[in-house]
Amino acid sequence: MDKSKTFNLPRTGLSRRTALKGLAGGAGLAMAPGFVRYSQAQSSAPIKIGFQSHRTGIGAAYGRWYEKTTAAAIKAINAAGGINGRPVEVIIEDDGTDPGRGAEVVGKFATQHKTDIVFGTLFSHVVIGSAPAAGEAKMPYFVVSEGHHVASTKLNRYVFQPGITDVKSQIQSMAPWIAANAGKKVTQIFPDFAFGYDHRDYLPPALKAQGAEVIAQIAIPPTESSFTKYFPQIPAETEVIYHVMVGPAVLTFVKELGEFYGSNRPQLFGFIDSLEAVDINSPGLEFLDGSHFWEGSPRYAQPDDSAAQKAYRAAVGIDDNGAAVGDPKDVSTAAHMFGCWETLYVVKKAMEDAGYKGPEDRAKLVEATEALTAFAEGPEHPQGPKTFNGKIHQCFGIQNISKVEGGKLKVVHKTKIEDGLYEAEGDYTTQAL
Amino acid sequence: MHFGPHLLLAALEGLVTSAVLALTALGLSLVFGVMRVVNVAHGEFFMLGAVLAWAISTAISGHPALGFLAALVIAPLIVGAIALIAERLVLRRLNYNPEATIVATIGMLYIIQQLALTFYGPEARPVEPPFSYRILLPWFGYSGYKLSVIAASALLLITTWLVLTRTKIGLIMRATQYDSETAQAFGIPVDRVYGGVFALGAMLAAIAAVLIVPISQAHYLMGQDPLLLSFIVVIIGGLGSLRGTVVAAVLIGLSDGIISMFFSPTLAKIIATLLVAMVLVFRPQGLFGTASR
Repeated sequence: MDKSKTFNLPRTGLSRRTALKGLAGGAGLAMAPGFVRYSQAQSSAPIKIGFQSHRTGIGAAYGRWYEKTTAAAIKAINAAGGINGRPVEVIIEDDGTDPGRGAEVVGKFATQHKTDIVFGTLFSHVVIGSAPAAGEAKMPYFVVSEGHHVASTKLNRYVFQPGITDVKSQIQSMAPWIAANAGKKVTQIFPDFAFGYDHRDYLPPALKAQGAEVIAQIAIPPTESSFTKYFPQIPAETEVIYHVMVGPAVLTFVKELGEFYGSNRPQLFGFIDSLEAVDINSPGLEFLDGSHFWEGSPRYAQPDDSAAQKAYRAAVGIDDNGAAVGDPKDVSTAAHMFGCWETLYVVKKAMEDAGYKGPEDRAKLVEATEALTAFAEGPEHPQGPKTFNGKIHQCFGIQNISKVEGGKLKVVHKTKIEDGLYEAEGDYTTQAL
Repeated sequence: MHFGPHLLLAALEGLVTSAVLALTALGLSLVFGVMRVVNVAHGEFFMLGAVLAWAISTAISGHPALGFLAALVIAPLIVGAIALIAERLVLRRLNYNPEATIVATIGMLYIIQQLALTFYGPEARPVEPPFSYRILLPWFGYSGYKLSVIAASALLLITTWLVLTRTKIGLIMRATQYDSETAQAFGIPVDRVYGGVFALGAMLAAIAAVLIVPISQAHYLMGQDPLLLSFIVVIIGGLGSLRGTVVAAVLIGLSDGIISMFFSPTLAKIIATLLVAMVLVFRPQGLFGTASR
């Protein structure tokens, strides 16, 4: 068939190609990030929270559960009327658990998505890598990281950690228990980067105050996949091995430790960080039976769980064993992810206190967050009560020490908030906004 | 711990690394030797082997050895089939052009890795070893399974060597490696040899992964380290040289075990990389490679 007969549009007029181009361009413009669809109705536009998520990279298991917890919290907040009467919307960007990409993601939230705040980062090196970008963009940056970097006041005024206690405080509050119940001669095994250094630097003084001592410190590169070769460095007189490992190789670590020592092992005290998202009954982990772990929030439902804790677990969708409801193999990162839930409620409280309207009120939001002092235990703070130090942007809560018993983690000791308080190392509020 | 037992432990650890490394690097070396293709996705075939081993061993109930043996047979076959499809769909269409295939295999690396993340997930998952016998030495305990990995790897290497030197398939592969045009002129189906070699290379990586997965779990990012170390081994040993690959794997594995135990793991990596640089400067064809024609 002759084409000219079917498409006889004049050459100078609107061709099909031009029309399509125009249409595509228009649609693209409308879908482009940052396009304000509610510009005429500012008050009903959603509050946008940029979620810097570890979707890929070594933090991916954490990222997935942080997303689930965040979704549950946002659902609850929106069902109760949102923040300042506005719905809350979460925009997720993957940082690949990488500091460089983390900073790019913060920049993207600031310039492209134009989010109100950025939230949700866990891994300490990503927080440290992203914090300068947040400070530069004057973007409030709420992390759920556990590291001491925020409270050290070495970051900047826009970085907050109001949902989870930092490592220095955790260690200080647990050291008395370790010295009294596990042993006095401690060997530390920790990952060779920021999070591990918090443990390296703060455990020795905390134990010394209790009459115990650290007799050896073994740093292991975070990409290591085999550990037996480090074990000869553990002194024979060690009474407690204090282990903090992160990353996918932790099962190997425990298994090889088991092969090395057999049943004749020192006491073990570890941070559950090592085994978050890992079934405690995995083959090879029998070796951990009878050992102790720090837990921010207990993975397994405890007999004395509060109504708020039960409601929180149901909302996030985890069963009594801390696994996803309906999939017992999908174990959560329960010890940390409660921090997402609690941080979002802190953001809500601070935004309401500040009368937050939009990005122009970010400085007001920072000041309103700094003015907070305590969070009561309840549906908004199911892990327990907390105090907040606005000068160092850090909250302080209770810690759980759990024993592995019969394939479950049973809380045997809860610390008090006062146990973990320390002298502030600086003051963010003196920095300009 | 005293020096003697300490050294023994370091050597044992080094040998386990060497055993797995030799198999993985051999696959890479074969593919380069015969096809002149630098397969950057080699580590991902390794990862696929481990992930499939997990899937197969969890699907089969009963004694852990059953699941493991099934994985040892089935996982490499599946990985080989995937590699063959990739070779037919991608590499052949690029006419095995050296530059284009590097870029293409980088693409394959990301596709396989992200598919694993999507369908398998970000968790590290364990596979139960077929047996868990702990050898009790006077100074420390050691996993019996790890020793069996060394033995199994040695057996597989000898088998591969026999296939390459004593069978007609091996002869055809060597002929293709020596001069593919002449081989074609003599009626060797070079095209099919390429497909087979690519699949075989991936299968060797998958077997290595199935052997190691009861020691270190299956994880979607686990392919990166083996890839880097395989390249180091292949460069030091000489491309396409079976003997060179094995010697270099033992060298790198042992030095990694011993140096990282007595000094630091970072120093072990520095020395390995330095060795590569030295080999490239003073003996570009590798320790056992023949100079290019």
